Amino acid sequence: MIRAFGLLVAATIMVLVALASIAVGAKELSLEQVWHGLFENSGTYGDVVVDERMSRTVLGLLAGAALGLSGAVLQALTRNPLADPGLLGINAGASAAVVTALTYFGVTSLSGYVWFAFFGAAAVGALVWFLGGSRGATPVRLALAGTAISAALYGYLQAVMIMDEAALGKMRFWTVGSLTSATDETITQVLPFFLVGSLLALALARPLNAMAMGDDTAKALGANLNRTRALSMLAATVLCGAATAACGPIVFVGLMVPHVVRSFTGPDLRWILPYAAILSPVLLLGADVLGRIVARPAELQVGIVTAILGGPVFIFLVRRRRTAQL
Amino acid sequence: MKTNRANRAVRTPGGLSVRLDLRTLTVVLLLLLAALAASVVLIGTGDFPIPAGDVLKTLVGSGDAGQEFIVNELRLPRVLVALLVGASLGLGGALFQSISRNPLGSPDVLGLGQGATAGALVMIVLFSGSANAVTLGALVGGLGTGLAIYVLAWKQGVHGYRLVLVGIGVSAIVTAVNGYLLTRADIVDAARAVVWMTGSLSGRSWDQVWPLLALCAVLVPLVMANARGLRMLEMGDDVSYALGVRVERVRLLLMVAAVLLTAAATAAAGPVSFVALTAPQLACRLTRSPGPNLLPSLCMGAALLVTADWISQRVFGADQLPVGVVTGVLGGVYLLWLLVTERRAGRI
Repeated sequence: MIRAFGLLVAATIMVLVALASIAVGAKELSLEQVWHGLFENSGTYGDVVVDERMSRTVLGLLAGAALGLSGAVLQALTRNPLADPGLLGINAGASAAVVTALTYFGVTSLSGYVWFAFFGAAAVGALVWFLGGSRGATPVRLALAGTAISAALYGYLQAVMIMDEAALGKMRFWTVGSLTSATDETITQVLPFFLVGSLLALALARPLNAMAMGDDTAKALGANLNRTRALSMLAATVLCGAATAACGPIVFVGLMVPHVVRSFTGPDLRWILPYAAILSPVLLLGADVLGRIVARPAELQVGIVTAILGGPVFIFLVRRRRTAQL
Repeated sequence: MKTNRANRAVRTPGGLSVRLDLRTLTVVLLLLLAALAASVVLIGTGDFPIPAGDVLKTLVGSGDAGQEFIVNELRLPRVLVALLVGASLGLGGALFQSISRNPLGSPDVLGLGQGATAGALVMIVLFSGSANAVTLGALVGGLGTGLAIYVLAWKQGVHGYRLVLVGIGVSAIVTAVNGYLLTRADIVDAARAVVWMTGSLSGRSWDQVWPLLALCAVLVPLVMANARGLRMLEMGDDVSYALGVRVERVRLLLMVAAVLLTAAATAAAGPVSFVALTAPQLACRLTRSPGPNLLPSLCMGAALLVTADWISQRVFGADQLPVGVVTGVLGGVYLLWLLVTERRAGRI
């Protein structure tokens, strides 16, 4: 009951942050102006600004939810508190694939390279899972495998950027991760992936709960281990791949939020997943708003803000005792 | 370990004894020869090719004037920088991998390279600094990152896996800062920054050789003098403490040395990737000896970097692609293979 009420509170916070994301920026808007732009749009200057920020905010909500869900699913799947799509190299895989698409295949539209991002994310996800030791995966192994593969892929990114200055001009903005590229078109293109991935992730709560008790118990409880693993990887990859294709690589959102959520919901994924889906956008949009405030009138890309906020949280988790054995 | 290995203990009347491992000694000598041979070939390579015999003649001071200028002023400093940077990275990598007790705990993964890059980028992007300012920035950035990692990983001593994971966290933060700096730059500065970030040896002169040489001359003997303590440390903190090693002191000293070596190498040539990671692993497979393998790693690093530079010049043409691209591609492939085999052996 309390948890259901908390979900309501979280949703309210999310709405407030979304409103802030529409109001705050180089051109400051009052709440009245935001209201006017949202519900009585008559094409004034303020209304145009609201329209512009609207698509950015919606993309932030969608991408945030996707990153949070994929992080929570990966942490449950690997039984590893340090799992995060960025840390596991899935982002780097998507980046490398997008650079390849931009440079060598002349793909410039989002609908074209979203498939490349998926392919890269899926390939690297599978590779890290395999190299990290699949069933015997430990936190250190997975983190190292992910970091090692990311390092190699970033080497490739740099080689491409050195040889092709046009690619450098585009990629140096894409690789930090930002919401500025958002348009209505972008959103409609990635929306189906977000929906399918989110539904799949939420449906996996029960079998993942069973798996948390150990493989043998899960099997005894009737969970299909291999199917659950495969579907979880699929859900995480679809969500993360779509988010990366739309915003560029954003790290640590998927890592931080499930931890915060777990501290007040307990280990039940049926609660963790919805909470993560609501609170991750709060973090992502909050970081985006923060990035607009600190560097006014320019702005700090959201990927940079989340990394600077998330790094210390990661280090704190590492320093806490027994974290690595969870 | 096999019992019939060719080990010799040399004992002096004063009670000192040194164990000589013939295989390790042979490997070190062969690697040195390989590094020197590759250097001679590299000096002869370029838009104006010089046969190896003439290179040697010029180096001992009896070549013709034109060749003397090309060899002594243009190509020799570059090759020396390559040798020194490779050696520093190899030794630094061996130290870090031994301290973190993890084959992947190299400076690349721990974020020292990114830290040095951040320092250099600050100089390039915010101050449009000269080459010397960039070098200084990289040095400060590398040292600062090393210090931050050590302090953050400290919790009643520095433990191997915590060091690695804290390093990964720090490296993620610094990478974000680098990304930000790169977006702030205009395209000319950004192109210069990306070349620097890949690691390049082109245009290196005697100015880079001397500081690096001086640092190596101080640090390499210092590290070697503590190699015995490091070997003990690999048996675990408690055992080495019982054997009379001052655990934290030795570890701190060696880490500072490793950070200095890596930062200086990065300042001179940029963060050349994967040399620090692969050199100790390759050296260890050649000597088949457990332990830190410091000297073989040093020689291996030097040989690797010179060879990679030669490959980049031969395959892509003179100064088309920086050497970091070659080490990155070769290292990436090697890394994947390493991960697979280490996983099979259950060692990671």
